[in-house]
Amino acid sequence: MLKQTEGSRAVAEAVALCRPEVICAYPISPQTHIVEALGEQVKSGALVNCEFINVESEFAAMSVAIGASAAGARAYTATASQGLLFMAEAVFNAAGLGLPIVMTVANRAIGAPINIWNDHTDAMSQRDCGWIQLFAENNQEALDLHIQAFRLAEELSVPVMVCMDGFILTHAYERVDMPTQEQVDTYLPPYAPRQILDPAEPVSIGAMVGPEAFMEVRYLAHAKQMQAIELIPGYAEEFRGVFGRDSGGLIHTYRADDAETIVVALGSVLGTVKDTVDEMRERGISIGVLGIACFRPWPLLAVRAVLAGAKRVVVLEKSLAVGLGGIVSANVETSLAANTCELYAVIAGLGGRPITRASLHRVFGEAIAGKLAHLSFLDLDHTIVDRVLAREQQTRRSGPIAEAVLRDIAAVSGLRAKDQT
Amino acid sequence: MFQIRVHGRGGQGVVTAAELLSIAAFDEGRHAQAFPSFGSERTGAPVVAYCRIDDKEIRLREPIMQPDALIIQDPTLLHQVDVFAGLVAEGYILINTTRTFAALGVGEFVKSFHAERLCTVPASELAMKHIGRPLPNAALLGGFAAVSGRIAIESVELAIRQKFPEKVAAGNCAAARAAYDHVKREIAESVHA
Repeated sequence: MLKQTEGSRAVAEAVALCRPEVICAYPISPQTHIVEALGEQVKSGALVNCEFINVESEFAAMSVAIGASAAGARAYTATASQGLLFMAEAVFNAAGLGLPIVMTVANRAIGAPINIWNDHTDAMSQRDCGWIQLFAENNQEALDLHIQAFRLAEELSVPVMVCMDGFILTHAYERVDMPTQEQVDTYLPPYAPRQILDPAEPVSIGAMVGPEAFMEVRYLAHAKQMQAIELIPGYAEEFRGVFGRDSGGLIHTYRADDAETIVVALGSVLGTVKDTVDEMRERGISIGVLGIACFRPWPLLAVRAVLAGAKRVVVLEKSLAVGLGGIVSANVETSLAANTCELYAVIAGLGGRPITRASLHRVFGEAIAGKLAHLSFLDLDHTIVDRVLAREQQTRRSGPIAEAVLRDIAAVSGLRAKDQT
Repeated sequence: MFQIRVHGRGGQGVVTAAELLSIAAFDEGRHAQAFPSFGSERTGAPVVAYCRIDDKEIRLREPIMQPDALIIQDPTLLHQVDVFAGLVAEGYILINTTRTFAALGVGEFVKSFHAERLCTVPASELAMKHIGRPLPNAALLGGFAAVSGRIAIESVELAIRQKFPEKVAAGNCAAARAAYDHVKREIAESVHA
């Protein structure tokens, strides 16, 4: 049924349709509305056979999810930002133990400096923890991916993170097509655990593994993710059969078939990128888009196939590997193989800075003209940065950087306002 | 695509206004996207929310920088925040006030816009009368329906009833309808004047 609703509530409804049996909830913006809405459903009786557990921290949220999953329950939680970091040890454990927990990450920056806005730093910090990571482009895909996530997680016995842009998607009201319970039941069979803590047939889960076997267990975790690469396209295909729309899969392409320039991105910014690409196509520029729907496992061959004919690739990414540059672009590079095209990493939208069509036109234009640095920062205010660097040259006790930047921005905008009057 | 930017203060239902507008547009079979200017909103702090309406899927995620319409829920923002930034030449302005554009000190500024697209409505007063609290958002949406013709007042009322429980909805619908009638009268009077 079509409805106009908030992204968080849409996801909550979809999760409820997946019949979770344990939901662990600890509030942190911007995911709070999701677990709030699920809590309402459990309380009202709309969601039955489900234990809603208010835990005392994110570390507890993931720990309880691990316990619930090991006991054979379909377990769900949601988090963001510092919350994901706080549960990090348990996040690795969930993957290492092979427990098919599904978790929403409402993507948000990581401090310091304190920042509650959107970027992908939180999810990227856990990219190698052994979870499958799916990224939603819009709220329809966000809710659809949760349904696919439970299917994939439980088939492989691997946890799945569904990443959706905090605020930009979680707090946006837009049209979604909410599936029926019947559709979800058709697509998602009841959970049949590969391992279960059952008093009738006792086993232990979580063995100490020494050097004689650790490599093998880790290799099997990698093998599971390679199996996911094989399964994900089929699950998206089957999803289309039941629900009648394209959602998920490994990658999405847009006007990329003959494109000389291909923009690679993930998450909600793909919408703005597509609108920009349409405008550039109208001007006769050969440009297209590759959206990464599944970031872990990395769809090496699918990305390679799309980029095979490109002259240049611009990776637009909402996270920064400090000391290296782009994270997504480093992954894209592994897919390029013999392709000697130019690869540009553009770091954008950190800490919630808007990514506008105007800026995208400029940066894509610079890439096409060969004037773009291989690593660049979209809309970075160089005046401010240079001021801070200069001050650090002059003064030993230059003080905290974030405070200095805020002061300089206020001073510069004051000067600019004065210029105008 | 038609883009609306709502300015107000934390606690005035600014975000709810944009959401209601998107529901009203959806009820008319259109695509709509509403989202707040995210921040750590506090009661009384300036808040902005956005709504886009189109006949096709809306993919764009940037903030609205060239609005087709401005809804200003608190006139004290006029000299504090650059509320008019980017408003298109054909744009609409609706302000919650009992005063005129000239009395608010923006008479000169708005001269370049179409006079029939500039409108004021005493939304807080109407809200006090019909809801019992100075929450001007629903009334302003009624006023917006009247001045812009971009959305039917019936759709605004339907959206209010979909979002709020019955008792809250009734007062807000009454405030929206009263504001709609007020603006319609204002337009009729200016045509005859």
